[in-house]
Amino acid sequence: MGWTGTILRVNLSSGSVAKEPLDGHLARSYIGGRGLATKILYDEIDPTLDPLGPANKLILATGPLTGTNAPTGGRYMVVTKSPLTGAIACSNSGGYVGAEMKYAGYDLVIVEGKAPHPVYLWINNDRVEIRDAVQVWGTSTHKTEDALRAATNAEAKICSIGPAGETLSLTAAVMNDKHRAAGRSGVGAVMGSKNLKAIVFRGTRSVKVAHPHAFMRACLQAVAKLQAEPGSGEGLPMYGTPGIVSVINAHGFMPTNNFQFGQFAGADRISGETIRDEILIRNKGCFACTIACARVTKVKAGKFRGSGEGPEYETVWGLGAMTGVSDLAAVTRAGYLCNELGMDTIEAGVAIATAMELFEAGYIPERDIGRPLRFGDADALVEMTEKLGRGEGFGAILALGGARLAERYDHSELFMGVKRQAFAAYDGRGAQGMALGYATSNRGACHLRGYTISAEVFGVPRKVDPFATEGKAALAKASQDATAFVDSTGTCLFTTFALGPADLHAMLELATDSGYTVDEVIKIGERIWNLERLFNLRAGLSAKDDTLPRRILEEPIPAGPAKGKVARLGEMLPEYYTLRGWTPEGVPTPEKLRALSLAPNS
Amino acid sequence: MAKVLSIIPERCTACRACELACSIKHYGEFNTSRSRIKVSIFLEEAVYIPTACTQCTEAWCAKICPTTAILRNDDYMAYYVVDDKCVGCKMCVLACPFGAIELYADHGKAEKCDLCLSIDGDPECVKFCTPKALLFTDEDAGPKAKQAATALRLKEALQEAAS
Ligand code: SF4
Ligand code: SF4
Ligand code: SF4
Repeated sequence: MGWTGTILRVNLSSGSVAKEPLDGHLARSYIGGRGLATKILYDEIDPTLDPLGPANKLILATGPLTGTNAPTGGRYMVVTKSPLTGAIACSNSGGYVGAEMKYAGYDLVIVEGKAPHPVYLWINNDRVEIRDAVQVWGTSTHKTEDALRAATNAEAKICSIGPAGETLSLTAAVMNDKHRAAGRSGVGAVMGSKNLKAIVFRGTRSVKVAHPHAFMRACLQAVAKLQAEPGSGEGLPMYGTPGIVSVINAHGFMPTNNFQFGQFAGADRISGETIRDEILIRNKGCFACTIACARVTKVKAGKFRGSGEGPEYETVWGLGAMTGVSDLAAVTRAGYLCNELGMDTIEAGVAIATAMELFEAGYIPERDIGRPLRFGDADALVEMTEKLGRGEGFGAILALGGARLAERYDHSELFMGVKRQAFAAYDGRGAQGMALGYATSNRGACHLRGYTISAEVFGVPRKVDPFATEGKAALAKASQDATAFVDSTGTCLFTTFALGPADLHAMLELATDSGYTVDEVIKIGERIWNLERLFNLRAGLSAKDDTLPRRILEEPIPAGPAKGKVARLGEMLPEYYTLRGWTPEGVPTPEKLRALSLAPNS
Repeated sequence: MAKVLSIIPERCTACRACELACSIKHYGEFNTSRSRIKVSIFLEEAVYIPTACTQCTEAWCAKICPTTAILRNDDYMAYYVVDDKCVGCKMCVLACPFGAIELYADHGKAEKCDLCLSIDGDPECVKFCTPKALLFTDEDAGPKAKQAATALRLKEALQEAAS
């Protein structure tokens, strides 16, 4: 119950399609989504392999709550070895694809090998076909969806890659329902490397839960809690994720001009309030989502006109504050381009911002770019975003991501990220827990692997001083483990503004009847975290990768409320390793692995 | 007074929670394709339209049914299908101008929105529609609200013209 009990395995090299029963013990131990897919990837691939080679696998995974009425129960994960970081990649997305995959009858879809020419998968309940995709190769994700729905079923739900994924850009996302992204770590490039343009789902089966009536009551209670909480009940529906622009900017750690400053003078122009006043058409919810933070927007006039969804907070930052651009129309347009060409707005924005700093410092000659590239230039932003997505001209270098771009011009210190993945929209110098979270995140810099900002800024579950380092190791660990659990259920992290692990556990238990306790699900989160760590260690990463750029460690924020702050990672990291039960070298001890049932013979 | 399921598409966020609520209420399983309310999502145009049976006063489905399997609950003016009587002839499906009645493959009988009357008269979809795009209201409350809104718009236009 909850799970469909079936895994679909497709090998694009041989053209074979197989259905396998889901191992019940494995499902219970890893729940689903992020956890289950990580376990399968860990068991099935060599972590040292070339992420863009045919031996890498691309796993789409739902959780036991995907497809149910649990609020936000529509999530799916894309898990693979990342070509951007070399670490484990796990990107998650909402929309309708996850639920449709469950209705088609599958908990997971594992894609192996590489097709000899561009193909798409047509998964219509039991019937699975590998079909020719030449007619949509080279087209945007939006055109691809329209064309493939016409070729299959009007009700089909689709995830696809755009030109960015086809050209193996390390910024490439897997897009679904046109505007939703499994964005980070270059998962779209892995799909592109397999010559897989899209996966089309149509499902008419049922998802069953163990105790339907009690489950529905628990869902209604969860909905009531979400509505009563200011973030999920008011802020997100009203202003979407950009609602926090003003808050983070006021705290003085909104990274600006490639982290040269902690506040952005143009923050008001890209805020949730301005978006609401100027371009919002309406709110939209993902499957089963009662929060509805998505923004359907339209830029009505001017050279950047267009329509689509977004921009999200990370987008107005990455393509806005980070590049110094405060022209909302340009930022919105660049965001639409990312969705249509299929790329991560964070990685794309940071790559462009890195190039801007390198250019202004005189490290990139103008002839390489073909134009001047300065902070605040709205036209350059839109032009570079498009070139990046298509891999044209200087765009082909931007498409490698900020880390490789900075390395290429011999100034790797100017790339702002961890493990070659770009930071998100919080400067760790102003929020020490976030700094530790970035440094230790298993998928490289990332705010969604333990959102300590909840406590450090919003006081959820209770307020802690963002500038303090005391207690941050424990906060980061707890947040990382809890997140790994949430990510495995098939629901969205935004529920954690109002729901604790106990609420989610209640729904999970009523759906699956697994006999889980609350402590046990948190322990499963910890197990997942450690398994990801083991994957990374085998892939060749080590404690030396748990670090931050020199700027964040040594250059104080120059002005604003966080003036003078640097990230004090050294004060937190040893304590973090100890709390995790890892050696001072960041390696899980045999005792820890046994305690988590991760040791080979446990 | 009879109550109706009124739908305000402008408020809909396309979450499909109503479809889930309907399918689990009637079949004990989550299955959006077995929901009696259907949300049509036009992504490109950002238009989301929930539709369900309108419970017509003169219901063609009920009139045409050769076995009188479609009956009306007079308290709520809701039509429902009596499973035992339905022979799966599909006449009702042909007759309904809205496609609001369907035959489901697994048991071959007609299924339609009955305002949840067959169970307890408390529409499940309405309970789960957090943005209140679905309401269970007095029959004339919907038109009255629309009249009031139109009048308000007219008043504002007139005031603007006068100023
Ligand atoms: S399908 Fe059933 S309900 Fe519909 S007309 Fe035929 S007998 Fe009546
Ligand atoms: S009123 Fe009941 S039967 Fe009708 S659509 Fe809503 S949940 Fe389904
Ligand atoms: S529950 Fe309400 S908001 Fe959600 S799809 Fe149904 S009608 Fe629309």
